[in-house]
Amino acid sequence: MQIQKEKIIHTDVLIIGGGTAGCYAALTLRSLSEASVVIAEKADIRRSGCLAAGVNALNAYITKGHTPQFYVDYAKKDAAGIVREDLLLTMSEGLSEVTKKLEELGLVILKDEQGEYVTRGPRNIKINGENIKTILADAVQKLDDVEVINHLNITDYIVRDNRIAGALGFDILTGTAYEIRAKAVLCATGGASGLYRPNNPGFSRHKMWYSPFNTGAGYAMGIRAGAEMTTFEMRFIALRCKDTIAPTGTIAQGVGAKQINAKGEVYEDKYGLTTSQRLYGTVRESLDGNGPCYLKTEGLTADEDEALLKAYLNMAPSQTLKWIESGKRPSQQNVEIEGTEPYVVGGHTASGYWVDTHRQTTIHGLYAAGDVAGGCPQKYVTGALVEGEIAAKHIVETALSDGLALTADEEGRILADKVAEYNAFLGEERPFFTVEELEEAMQKVMDAYAGGIGSHYQYNERQLALADEKIDQLMDLADSVGAGDYHELLFVYELKERLTVCKVLIAHLRARKETRWHSFAENLDYPEQKDEWLKYVNSRMDEDGQIHMVYRDLVPGGSLYEHSH
Amino acid sequence: MSIRINQDRCIGCKRCVSVCPGSLIDINETGKARMHYPKDCWGCVSCVKECPVQAIDFYLGADMGGRGSTMNVTTEGQYIKWHIRRPDGSEETITIDRKQANSY
Repeated sequence: MQIQKEKIIHTDVLIIGGGTAGCYAALTLRSLSEASVVIAEKADIRRSGCLAAGVNALNAYITKGHTPQFYVDYAKKDAAGIVREDLLLTMSEGLSEVTKKLEELGLVILKDEQGEYVTRGPRNIKINGENIKTILADAVQKLDDVEVINHLNITDYIVRDNRIAGALGFDILTGTAYEIRAKAVLCATGGASGLYRPNNPGFSRHKMWYSPFNTGAGYAMGIRAGAEMTTFEMRFIALRCKDTIAPTGTIAQGVGAKQINAKGEVYEDKYGLTTSQRLYGTVRESLDGNGPCYLKTEGLTADEDEALLKAYLNMAPSQTLKWIESGKRPSQQNVEIEGTEPYVVGGHTASGYWVDTHRQTTIHGLYAAGDVAGGCPQKYVTGALVEGEIAAKHIVETALSDGLALTADEEGRILADKVAEYNAFLGEERPFFTVEELEEAMQKVMDAYAGGIGSHYQYNERQLALADEKIDQLMDLADSVGAGDYHELLFVYELKERLTVCKVLIAHLRARKETRWHSFAENLDYPEQKDEWLKYVNSRMDEDGQIHMVYRDLVPGGSLYEHSH
Repeated sequence: MSIRINQDRCIGCKRCVSVCPGSLIDINETGKARMHYPKDCWGCVSCVKECPVQAIDFYLGADMGGRGSTMNVTTEGQYIKWHIRRPDGSEETITIDRKQANSY
């Protein structure tokens, strides 16, 4: 099998990824300008990305009586200081407006008798978000001059002299190769899952929480193009309902269930209440022989039982089915909890592209929003919408006047080179190892030597050095895998993306010589938190594939940040 | 977790093929939908909701505590009805009003 068809498209703005941030960026671009827009989406924007099954609360919102700065302070504390306050503040200031827009588009938000949104804690509001993605997708489909290309997997940026000129990819159903030329590109692909061995490594290796189809493509393309990345070492590990990996906030915040150990003791106060501390406490309790750990739901009322079953159907239906399969409702059995495998995901922690306040990366004309954008943790759904909006506004203001000129010959050559690369993987030769075998090997290496579930999220310097060596070996092997069809070609690129992200992640874990966050980055050779590490650990890959660490002072609150290219 | 596609019910409309966020479903030689990559399913049930003839059932793997019950969905106006069928033949339906936010 070979690539059969090629297509070159010219547009003003290319959005890579039609998820939360990408859809909202398209809406903003068309409301502020006449710019032509192409959305390249690996699946189908109707249900693609993290919102596929829905979400039952908006977790980033400025509730009545609070200010955007309140949210900034909360996220900064939760991340032990390693955040970009300029990014958090501009995100927080936009939360009310995007929420209002979602409501106008049809999202159901719970209101009280005075018409105020009903809160679930100081930063959250309650919704019926089963259809949140279809609402966004429908709004995008109605826009003029926005071409959504579904099932198009982007593999590479086109960059000349550190300026974006477009991207390359292929249709995973038809195999058509695409070169999309654009004046500005927004990367909104999501974070990276599947780096580490998962909770249920067999049949149920993928779970309805973080999208397993977010494979770190956006990070990997930026890394290879020389973009600066930040804070990959702040991994995200979610505390979740055991097995289903369904979110726990609905139980913990919704009905106020406490974290208890197997002896029935409430342990959450013992370790602290930040996101990483709640997880760390659960790991410690198990290591100390007090596991399993639970959210205490026994004793809830029948009404609360029913409400929980419904709430999970709007977000993670597997948890509802699990309750039914077990024959016991939440009121009859506490909900067991566990940590997930680690992810790199900028919607929760601060990992991602190093961007300026306008969400422009260190590559001119390339923007990042949502999970791929670093420095702005706990942005969640609404924060990703705001970042899409901020990037779109800046594109309209500054990036539409002139794009990078390439001759038709150059354009043709760029695509031909990429097609030759695709075709090499699609060749007849039967490779020694399959993509799946190498993926499993990668997950095993990361689990054992870079702080996965199997090593209780801990690592030391010698283990990280081994991890790096073994990932290098797998990267070599990944150059000679093969694909029997276009979907398998997607798997080839996803493997390579994940390996690239692993490589950079390991470099970041090695660089931060302290333990600022238990579990998220727990270096047993440096078990203490140190003030000298109140700085950003950033990195850049050079043209030879070498990773160079860049250490930057914290951007102080109240200022904007511009790149000094 | 994964899905099973009832071949007798499937009408080959391809809506599930298109909507699956992992592009995991394709069409087999008889023109019916086939779950090509069952281990890659993450249980988002987009296909179950999209199927116009309720040919797709969602279930939990045994490694997650699944005991053979299946679940599918019908939409009637503003209501989403989730139908669960246990292996012993008993059924349970949970109805959700799409115009109502959840209480938690």
